Amino acid sequence: MIIVGAGPAGMRAAEALAAAGIRPTVIDEGQLSGGQIYRRQPVNFTRRYEALYGADAKKARALHKAFNALQGRIDYRPETLAWNLRDDVLHIVTDGVAAALRFDALILATGATDRLAPIAGWTLPGCYSLGGAQIALKAQACSIGARPLFLGTGPLLYLLAYQYLKAGAPPAAVLDTAPFAAQVKALPDLAVRPGFLARGLMFRARLRAAGILIENGVEPLAIEGEGKVAAVRYRTAGGTERRIACDAVGMGFHLRSETQLADLAGCPFLFDAATGQWRPDADRDGRTPRAGIYVAGDGARLLGADAAEAAGRLAALAALTDRGMEVDMAEVARLRRRMERLDRFRRGLATAFPWPARLACAVADEVIVCRCEAITAGNIREAAVGKDAPELNRAKALSRIGMGRCQGRFCSSAAAEILAEARNVPLAEVGRLRGQAPIKPLSMATVKGERP
Amino acid sequence: MAEISMSAGRFRRLGETDRPSVEIEVDGEQVVALEGDSLLVAVLASGRTLRRSEFGDGDRSGFCLMGACQDCWMWTAEGGRVRACTTPVRAGLRLITQAMSEDLWPIPA
Repeated sequence: MIIVGAGPAGMRAAEALAAAGIRPTVIDEGQLSGGQIYRRQPVNFTRRYEALYGADAKKARALHKAFNALQGRIDYRPETLAWNLRDDVLHIVTDGVAAALRFDALILATGATDRLAPIAGWTLPGCYSLGGAQIALKAQACSIGARPLFLGTGPLLYLLAYQYLKAGAPPAAVLDTAPFAAQVKALPDLAVRPGFLARGLMFRARLRAAGILIENGVEPLAIEGEGKVAAVRYRTAGGTERRIACDAVGMGFHLRSETQLADLAGCPFLFDAATGQWRPDADRDGRTPRAGIYVAGDGARLLGADAAEAAGRLAALAALTDRGMEVDMAEVARLRRRMERLDRFRRGLATAFPWPARLACAVADEVIVCRCEAITAGNIREAAVGKDAPELNRAKALSRIGMGRCQGRFCSSAAAEILAEARNVPLAEVGRLRGQAPIKPLSMATVKGERP
Repeated sequence: MAEISMSAGRFRRLGETDRPSVEIEVDGEQVVALEGDSLLVAVLASGRTLRRSEFGDGDRSGFCLMGACQDCWMWTAEGGRVRACTTPVRAGLRLITQAMSEDLWPIPA
């Protein structure tokens, strides 16, 4: 059995399999296990768990400890990329050496990245994803600038601003594209996790108390500067245009799942109208219709780190059940109940921090949508209308949108909106970019390994 | 010995500065970093950018920091390619911020 990913889902899946006497192979692109939320700092850093993970310190410590304890009982392969999947064989590369691993069961715990919509100037040096800005702080003890501005929407927007404030880099402002009314409307769903909700309100209160401007319902207009970020221009909810000086920007609109391997495995995908995103079809335990393929964590559904731990265990127990092994059904029932509760919370987040579809459709022709190859919104509209591309993969062939080295990870959400708008069709109709191997760039110098 | 820059950089160091320093070279100039830095942090903390876009739209300084966007590629003096956000700094490394030949990358008409 193979697990891809060593974040909360992958780590808990490995633990459950090892407890059943199976020695899973765990493929991790990271240098150290933990994934993004529970990312570990380099070994020569000395900050304590409380400084790194705040209120989640206990969870982080428990998770790291549980995974460390698996040493010798799992085949853990850090700094390893799973780049292709075909006919029940996973193709990996470690330090330039490739290998092919056959599997009976594969648990994909591939996580998520920030979901992005382009803003004029977002390719300027000094502009990062919110997740990237958090990694700078957590993994490298750096801020992205002396006066960073955070822009977008989602729970990370406020958490990150608070973390920067606490670390001694107070943000220039927090600009949320979601209207405040959306956050109020989501309260009943968010209240299923009172602790999380209370923390969110606390972040807001602390930021305000520190004199940091928080605006809701903004329309970002441009990130300005010459060779580096100098200011953000936006329109307030009331319609006034404003400009705030800053030397860095962290931006993002909640998350998108990493689903390329599920796609290459031939898993069918479902369209989720509430978020406008596609996700691999799976039952409540993470079983996909493709025998032997399971999905867990944010790579399957965006439920957050707590749910990822539960989902990782559930997927592992499902894989064991499917192999005729006995599992504790009471635990399965408990985990399923937990997942259901957290799914209500997910719906609350989607209401509170909606993806700004309108903003993405309205991006001006000259704005770069694809950071990799500088493909503009105008190029996509030309493919949509002038060259009659009915769906994303055709638009990709005609405009190169999504063809760059990130393979559409950071442009495809907005590209789909632009295409659907230009064609005047519902978003689901323009489809999604097909995953292509290698799912991340490989070096031409990659060689075939002697031993799997 | 040269000191690490605390304030002139694009990235600011907020802590963990009590680490041994490591020297690398970027476009022929010496850069002092700290053991445990990623290449991205080492270069950005020195005030430089990482790379010049092959598509003529200016300098870049990375974006996602988690190995997904590939916008932090740098080149080594030996002609290799590194992803700066996931590569730890190594003493003596010689980096280049621009691909040696533009022919190496497809430039759209």
